[in-house]
Amino acid sequence: MSPLVFLLAAACGGLGAATRYLVDLGIARLVGTRFPWGVMVINITGSFALGLVIGGLPGAAFVLGTGFLGGYTTFSTAMIDTVALWRDGERRASALYAGGMLLAGLAAATLGLALGHVL
Amino acid sequence: MSVSTVLRRTALVALGGMLGTAARMGLGMLIPDAALGVLAANIVGALALGILTARLPAGDLRVLLGTGVLGGFTTYSSFMVDSVQLWGASPLLAVGYIVVSLAGGLAAAALGLVLGRKRAAS
Repeated sequence: MSPLVFLLAAACGGLGAATRYLVDLGIARLVGTRFPWGVMVINITGSFALGLVIGGLPGAAFVLGTGFLGGYTTFSTAMIDTVALWRDGERRASALYAGGMLLAGLAAATLGLALGHVL
Repeated sequence: MSVSTVLRRTALVALGGMLGTAARMGLGMLIPDAALGVLAANIVGALALGILTARLPAGDLRVLLGTGVLGGFTTYSSFMVDSVQLWGASPLLAVGYIVVSLAGGLAAAALGLVLGRKRAAS
């Protein structure tokens, strides 16, 4: 990989992270609950988009996928949110959050990959 | 939150996200197997975010390091797509990858939250 591609992908990761921050703020303002809908929506849409990019645009997968979508989605916050909900006694919400995100994320990635191969 | 705070924090997240993404890609060069590289970044990142969340007050620094650097370092989308692609090769391997990622990530986050707690002054 050329240094230029590496830098471009890193910059796209920064853009993806900024997009995540704004989408998360927007969703939190819209729904106004403690349940972390923002990160759930971000990780599911990002998994769909990554499938689409890898299936349909393999040449751009590094910059758009590893870079932008890698920065857009987050695993660490999903784990902390799950533990925090559980610790606060919201056990059902914690399990629904982690399990729902996993199942919907897998379905979204599968759909994205399939659609990407067709397009 | 004021508009200027949102703008400043968006810039901090972009800067941190760029560094975190670069670190994840760097780790990916050290670990030739892409799925294993993502697994390592995700577990290390969950541990670090736990420590940071317990230790730092909500504010600019936590937004820069947590939402930015560690949010960019870890990734959920690659975890999902890698799992689906592993399923195509070996369903057992895919299930193992998912279980290790989630169990490891949750344990790392919980451990980080405990490690980050300030000890009482002795």
